[in-house]
Amino acid sequence: MDNKNKEVIDAIEAPIYLKYKFTAGLAPARFLSQLKQGVLTGQRCPKCDNVYVPPRGSCPACGVATEEEVVLGDKATVQSFTIVSIPIPGNPIQPPYIVANLVPDGANISFIHLMSECVNEEVRIGQRVTAIWKPREEWDFAMDNIRYFKPLDEPDVPAELIGHLSVNGTEN
Amino acid sequence: MNIDICIVAFSQSACVAQAGAANEVELIMPQLEAVYGQVGISNAQDVDFVCSGSCDYLQGAAFAFVAGVDALGAVPPIQESHVEMDAAWALYEAVLKIRMGHAESALVYGFSKSSPGELPVVLSQQLDPYYLAPQWIDSISLAALQARLMLDKGIIKASDMAAVVASSRRCAMDNDKAQLAGQFSISDLLEEPEYVSPLRKADCSPISDGASAMIICTRSKAEEWQVPFVRLSGIDHRIETHNLGMRDLTTSHSTRLVAEALSIHNSSLDIAELYAPFSHQQIILEQALELQAETEINPSGGVLAGNLMMASGLSRVGEVFNRIVAGEAERGLAHATSGPCLQHNLLAILESV
Repeated sequence: MDNKNKEVIDAIEAPIYLKYKFTAGLAPARFLSQLKQGVLTGQRCPKCDNVYVPPRGSCPACGVATEEEVVLGDKATVQSFTIVSIPIPGNPIQPPYIVANLVPDGANISFIHLMSECVNEEVRIGQRVTAIWKPREEWDFAMDNIRYFKPLDEPDVPAELIGHLSVNGTEN
Repeated sequence: MNIDICIVAFSQSACVAQAGAANEVELIMPQLEAVYGQVGISNAQDVDFVCSGSCDYLQGAAFAFVAGVDALGAVPPIQESHVEMDAAWALYEAVLKIRMGHAESALVYGFSKSSPGELPVVLSQQLDPYYLAPQWIDSISLAALQARLMLDKGIIKASDMAAVVASSRRCAMDNDKAQLAGQFSISDLLEEPEYVSPLRKADCSPISDGASAMIICTRSKAEEWQVPFVRLSGIDHRIETHNLGMRDLTTSHSTRLVAEALSIHNSSLDIAELYAPFSHQQIILEQALELQAETEINPSGGVLAGNLMMASGLSRVGEVFNRIVAGEAERGLAHATSGPCLQHNLLAILESV
């Protein structure tokens, strides 16, 4: 065979499509059911007392199941944030907007959510924010039942206390 | 220096067709709790090394295995590793770690929730990515091809396959972790319609969710823990080419090579737990291993009674461990397989002390 004129194939396309029925887990399912009712909950580790939100079923630090449910408030503290300036394909939100790691009062770890009704340049670590929920009829088993968090007129939380506030927002 | 490796604990969940809402971490934690309890330790901090076996394709999420680490309590950091294989190979890695003197004890676990996806189709993606995976040839069809070759060559008859199933279902009646069990005659089984010809549904292992875990250690550590232990006197594995056309599918060359390396042929074995996901594959393995007549095969019912992908291989070792600890056997063989049509095979020898 004349190898000189042979087309060199250096890649093939072999797309993979697989269908799954995803299950969140028993602990996340409890969290999502409460979220559908408009209640943000965490779960407490029976060993180290840390409260996780969203709970995934275990305390990863201790390796034990988190059974105890803890109702959290709507208020949270900014642990870190970024200003998104480039559009992301498929994302309906127009930049610039803020994505932040927020620790809800009563929990010890942060989750990621949006911030709005704020001056982007004035967002800062330690800033106090509160959840703005969608109308009740739109609630589903989803974190975007909370549309976004907006700043509160409260004093900033010192960095060392972020993630250590009680559910009332007071120092533990 | 030759370090004696001992198995000190094993636990396996029940094999269930659908674990419900439970996620992988929630499947793993009860098994870890069970093995910690067996040796009297509190968590993964109390062993020197941890190795797991799982497959992200079963969950359908990249790096899904990392989430399994949430079951361990990895604060402060632990020495941890993972194989994208059955946990029998995680056991192999842990054995190497101990033999090299890098650890005295190790926790090994395997897990899968196979029910969320279409398992036979998911497994097609473990085939070679250029020629076979794009054809989406599922695991049952490939096994059917293998069974057809054996039938046509006169190596087996359909009734031989049914006999394997009948034995599995009967043995599984004494196994409370089994998914499928019961009294079936060979003629009952042969009356069932073919599923993927020549395989009937009963010739195929069921799809199961669950997890298993094991703790191994040096002999001195086992004596320190003061628990019953079993010596893992040999472990080895061989793999064949991914090109199915280059293999003789009617025999298991790689199993034979491992058996020779471990001097298993004609050696005295009370029990053998074989990972044969399809009935005819058990016959292939029996022939490659040249087991003696007195060796009891798959007293647990084997994986035709319940197949925890990525954990079944480790569970075969665990089943032999349980029987030796219970005094039902002195010396046993465990086998694990991976890949299509018994491509990759591992053998482990367990002995009472």
